[in-house]
Amino acid sequence: MKILLPLAVGIAALAATSAASASTLSDVRDAGVVKCGVSTGLAGFATPDDAGNWQGLDVDLCRAIAAATLGDATAVEFVPLTSKVRFEVLKSGEIDVLVRTTTWTLTRDVGLGLNFAGVNYYDGQGFMVPTSLEGVNSALDLDGASVCIQTGTTTELNLSEYFRLNNMAYEPVPVETSAEGRSAYSAGRCDIYTTDASALAAQRSGLEDPSAHKILPEIISKEPLGPVVRHGDDQWLDIVKWSHNAMLNAEELGVTSANAVERSKDASNPAVQKLLGTADAGLGAQLGLSEDWAMNIITQVGNYGESFERNVGADTPLKLERGLNALWTNGGIQYAPPIK
Amino acid sequence: MSEQTREYPVGESPELPAPNHQPGAVKWVMENLFSSIPNGIVTILGLAFLYMVIPPFIQWAFIDSVVLGAESRQECNAINPDGACWAFIYRRWDQFVYGFYPADERWRVNISFILVAIIVAIALVERLRAIKGIIWVALALVVACIILIVGFFGLERVPTNKFGGFMLTLIIGLTGIFASLPIGIVLALSRLSTLPIFSIFATIFIEFIRGVPLITLLFIASTLLSYFLPPGTNFDLLVRVLIMVTLFSAAYLAEVIRGGLAAIPRGQYEAADALGLSYWKSMRLVILPQALKISIPGIVSSFIGLFKDTTLVLIIGLLDPLGIGQAAIADVKWIALSNELYVFIAIFFFIFCFSMSRYSLYLERKLHTGH
Repeated sequence: MKILLPLAVGIAALAATSAASASTLSDVRDAGVVKCGVSTGLAGFATPDDAGNWQGLDVDLCRAIAAATLGDATAVEFVPLTSKVRFEVLKSGEIDVLVRTTTWTLTRDVGLGLNFAGVNYYDGQGFMVPTSLEGVNSALDLDGASVCIQTGTTTELNLSEYFRLNNMAYEPVPVETSAEGRSAYSAGRCDIYTTDASALAAQRSGLEDPSAHKILPEIISKEPLGPVVRHGDDQWLDIVKWSHNAMLNAEELGVTSANAVERSKDASNPAVQKLLGTADAGLGAQLGLSEDWAMNIITQVGNYGESFERNVGADTPLKLERGLNALWTNGGIQYAPPIK
Repeated sequence: MSEQTREYPVGESPELPAPNHQPGAVKWVMENLFSSIPNGIVTILGLAFLYMVIPPFIQWAFIDSVVLGAESRQECNAINPDGACWAFIYRRWDQFVYGFYPADERWRVNISFILVAIIVAIALVERLRAIKGIIWVALALVVACIILIVGFFGLERVPTNKFGGFMLTLIIGLTGIFASLPIGIVLALSRLSTLPIFSIFATIFIEFIRGVPLITLLFIASTLLSYFLPPGTNFDLLVRVLIMVTLFSAAYLAEVIRGGLAAIPRGQYEAADALGLSYWKSMRLVILPQALKISIPGIVSSFIGLFKDTTLVLIIGLLDPLGIGQAAIADVKWIALSNELYVFIAIFFFIFCFSMSRYSLYLERKLHTGH
C-alpha cells in the first residue's frame, strides 16, 4: 500500500493535467482540422458514401463547426466511434467535439463532466406497424400486440412503462440486434417494432416494401440528441453551441446556402446582417472567430432545414417529417436564441 | 490348420473366382457411404440437406444476383428482387480495400501489397529463406512498406485513422503474426529459465495478458492509455492497437511454444550440453528446431485466431472490412444488406485462414522426419 499510494496520486495528477488542455480553439487552429467523433454508421446521421465522404445530419454539424472556426467545412477529421467508447475518447482529448446521436441526460451532462451544446435532433421512441394491421392508427390501439424489442435497452423500459400507464398488455419478442429485429418483424414474428423514431425510419426503408409499413404518430420517450464537449472550455462550448444556433437562425431568417451572399448585402434586415457578419457588430470577435463565421457555415453547409432535408427529409429514403424538429414558428420546438 | 500352397509354373494361374469386391467409384460409395443401414440413412439425409441448401444459395448468390449496374438497393430490387445485391461491394470496393486512404495516394498501398507478398514469400518459402542475408532484404522491405504507407521523405503523410478495410486487417494481422513469434519464443524461454527474475517476469506477463480478454486490452489502448500519457503526446491509436495485439498474441504463443519445449526429452538438453554448446547455441541448434516443429499446429491455430480477432478493432472505431461493411449497410442507399455483407466477409477470412491452415499441414509433412 505504501508504494501504491504515491503511484495512484501520480497517475491521478497525470490524468488531471492531460484533461485540462489549454484551449480547444487554439488546438484546432494548430491542427488545422476539427476532430469530430461520429457514429460508425447510422443512416441519415453519419455514414460514408460510396466515395468515402461522410454524410449526415451529425456530419453537417461537424462541418459547420469547422467552417466557423477554420473557414473550411472540409477541414474535419471524422473519428468513427462506437457508443461504448465515445465518452472516454472525448474526455481524453482525442476528439474536440462528439456529435454522435447522444441523448442529453442529467447523468451525462453532470456526472460525466460533459457539456451538451444544444439539440440538433429531437428523437423519441416510436412504433412501426404493417398497414395491413387494420384499425391501428395510434399507439393506444396496440393492446395485446406482440412487440419486437431489443433487449437490455432503454427502449425496453420505456415500452413497459408506456403500456402499463395505459393499461394495455403486450407480448415481448426479444431480439438482440436491429438487423435481427428487422428480419423478425418482416417475417411476421411480431406485430409491431419499436425503437427510436429516426432508426425506425431507416429500418422501414430496409424492408422489402417500405410503403406497406407505417410509423405511428406517438412518441413515447424524450431523446434529445446533441453535440457534446468537455467541461472546462467555455469558449469552445460557445462556438459549438452557436454554430448550431447559427444554422437554426439562418433557417428562421430564410437565409440559405444559395442566397446568403446576396442577403448579406441587403441592409434592410439587421438580423440577417448581424448573422452574416456584415453589420460590423463584432459578434464573431466575441466568439474568438472571424466575422464571417456564420457566413461560412451557411454558404458551405447550409441552414438547419437544408441539412435536415438533404440527410433525413422527405426526399430521402428515410422520409422523416420535421415534427418536433420544425422551427418554433412552424409548430416544432427548434428554437434558437437570437444572434445579436 | 496349415494352408496348402500350390506352386504354378510360370505363365499359368489358378482358376479362382473373381475377388469379391467391385473396383472404382461404386465400391468406394458402398464402403464409405452405405456400409450399414444407419450410415446409409445419414448419407441420404446429408444429401437431402445439401440439395435443400446449395441450389437456392447458388440461385441467390450467382444466378439472381446483381453486381453491376445498380446504384442502390432499390435499383438492385428493381433488377431482381430475389437475388443477392453484390452491387454495394462493387461500388464500395475501394473502401473495402483501402478504407479512407486518399484516392491519389493509393498506388503506395498497392506497391506495399506487392512488397508484403514478397516478405511473406521470404518467410514461408524455404529456398528463399536459405539465401544468405535475405533477412536484411526482408527488413528493408518492411521499412519500405512503412515509409510508403505512412508517408515519409516527401511523400504526403497519411494519418493512420484513414486506414481501413483489408489493408487494416493485413497491417494488424501480419504485424501481430510476425512480431509476436520472436517475442513469444523469448517469453517461453524466459518462463522456463532457471533465473528467477526472468521466469517470474515472464510468468506474470503471460498470466496477466492471458487473463484479460483482447477486447479489454483494446479498450485500454483506445481510452485509458491517453490519460496516463503526458498531455500533448500524440501516441497513434493504430500503434497502440498493434502493440496490444502483438503482446496478446505473444502471450498465447509463449504457452504453445512452452508446450513444445516441455515435450523435448531431457536427453536432448543434456546432449546439447555435452557437446559444449552455449545456452543460445543449444537452443538455436538443438532444442528450438524440435520444439517449434512440435508446436506448429498450435502456433498456426494461434495465428488464425489472431487474424480473426482483428475484427474486434471495430468496437474501438477502427473500420476494418467488417466496419466498412456495417457502415455501408447503414447508408440508406444500401440499407440492411447484411446477408451479402457477412457472406462476403466470411469468404475473405476463409481464404486467409484456410491458406494458413494448409501451409501448416504442408510444413508438418515436410518436417516429419520420423523418430
